[in-house]
Amino acid sequence: MGKILVCLKRAVDYNVRIRVKPDGSGVITDGVKMSVNPFDEIALEEALRIREKGETDEVVVVSIGTDACQQQLRTGLAMGADRAIQVRTEHSLEPLDVARILVRIVETEKPDLILLGKQAIDGDNNQTGQMLAALWGRPQATFVSELKLSGTTATAVREVDAGLETIEFDLPAVITSDLRLNEPRYVKMPDIMKAKRKPLATTDLEELDITPETRIKVVKTDSPPARQKGKMVADAAELVAELKQRDLA
Amino acid sequence: MGRILIIAEHDGNELNPSTARCVSCAAEFSGLDCDIAVLAKDGQRICEQAATLDGVSNVVRVDNDANEHALAAIHAPQIAKLAEKYSHLFGPSTTFGKDLMPRVAALLGVAQVSDIMSVISHYSFQRPIFAGNAIVTVETPAQDKVVATVRTASYQAAAGGGSATIELRVLDVELPSHTRYRSTSGSNGGGRPDLQSASVVISGGRGLGSEKNFALIYQLADRLGAAVGASRAAVDAGYIANDHQVGQTGQIISPDLYIAIGISGAIQHITGIKDASTIVAINKDADAPIFEIADIGLVGDLFTIIPELELLL
Repeated sequence: MGKILVCLKRAVDYNVRIRVKPDGSGVITDGVKMSVNPFDEIALEEALRIREKGETDEVVVVSIGTDACQQQLRTGLAMGADRAIQVRTEHSLEPLDVARILVRIVETEKPDLILLGKQAIDGDNNQTGQMLAALWGRPQATFVSELKLSGTTATAVREVDAGLETIEFDLPAVITSDLRLNEPRYVKMPDIMKAKRKPLATTDLEELDITPETRIKVVKTDSPPARQKGKMVADAAELVAELKQRDLA
Repeated sequence: MGRILIIAEHDGNELNPSTARCVSCAAEFSGLDCDIAVLAKDGQRICEQAATLDGVSNVVRVDNDANEHALAAIHAPQIAKLAEKYSHLFGPSTTFGKDLMPRVAALLGVAQVSDIMSVISHYSFQRPIFAGNAIVTVETPAQDKVVATVRTASYQAAAGGGSATIELRVLDVELPSHTRYRSTSGSNGGGRPDLQSASVVISGGRGLGSEKNFALIYQLADRLGAAVGASRAAVDAGYIANDHQVGQTGQIISPDLYIAIGISGAIQHITGIKDASTIVAINKDADAPIFEIADIGLVGDLFTIIPELELLL
């Protein structure tokens, strides 16, 4: 039965130490390693596991961006996705427009489930899944660390500040993944070769009738104020003395 | 001019301190009145608590059986309806606010500003990106409503002593039935102060080595009246429940004193603690990155140091 759509964002690799450009115009991305946003990778892993359990027939990955994002789609195909869709654009899109685009894709693909990361590790917005669910008028389960499907409904465990919250909802729905949902598989060399032959379709904003807007203008980018390296103490007694001196003990 | 609406976070019984922090953020908008919306099954008690926050004009009480548990799909259309009278809509950057506010923004057809850490003008803000490794200054269009989450660690809780009026509203909004709350299981901090409001937080990491050894952290925390936190590694290893996790995934906190024990200091963890006034690090590895940002560092074996601290404190 059915189909799962997984959204993959091309983002700066999580191991890269980000540096702000001296003129404050952004962060340095030239020559920086790019990867699939790690939360999206977890989302894809979950979709693949659902397919491996026989609870869905097809996993489709979608990415929005320049042709460079085909690299991330190919990674998704190598992990095991069946086919890929690229929405080609040169624009840097805000979450609301990303959600609008995804609604268009949903209208044609009609998936039972959309899985994506709870946030991308570049902009840290944590908005796209929720906005998509709102525009689509469907349930959302964010910060998910456990997901069970049963027919036309699903149950999700969400990692919330108070602990673990369980909700039940009707399908189709939008799921955003948290870190402990699973551990994504490693891609093997033969799978990378196989992925090259899997279908990758391309569409663009005009075809989808979407005109992107800049609603949030970034005026400048600064480095955060640095914390100074403090004082080293020799033992517990010295530590307590130091705390007392600062009125903290 | 405009008016600010803050969406209260609560558990049906108590107002979450994140709401009072949002009120402090709202106070930075000169000339704008600030209201609080309480969506609950029976909001009387929460509204009374919200009404005491200094700087709040009105508390808008929306009672509905469907509001017994905070589900974004149920709350969002009600807030979108309330939004008509407001120029700014804020929620805390907790899992509650992060879940809810983007859904509200999308229903209103506007962008959301995530994690406001400082207010420059009514339509200009600073927020962190790349796990706090860069800070952007953003501007939003003055003709649009501003929907935002407030980075709670950047603001102190507003003082009490206020006396806002409580206004009951009945909303004519159709609510979906496609999402149903089932249960919440949490450790509730084991009766200790909660991470967001505690003035002292003691966190343990992988260095503790086991769930059993984590008892050392609890004992020391009880000695100091502190909340207990943990690194992601400690939670992943099953030493402690997820609601104790401090860091980019987990909670971002700003206590007066933060003591990191057996935590190496991955960037994701540092993101969650760098607003603490004083950071103390105890780790056996002198090269651990946590020492780069700690105000007081102690290199040594935590299994000898913790008992010594218990005697000395």
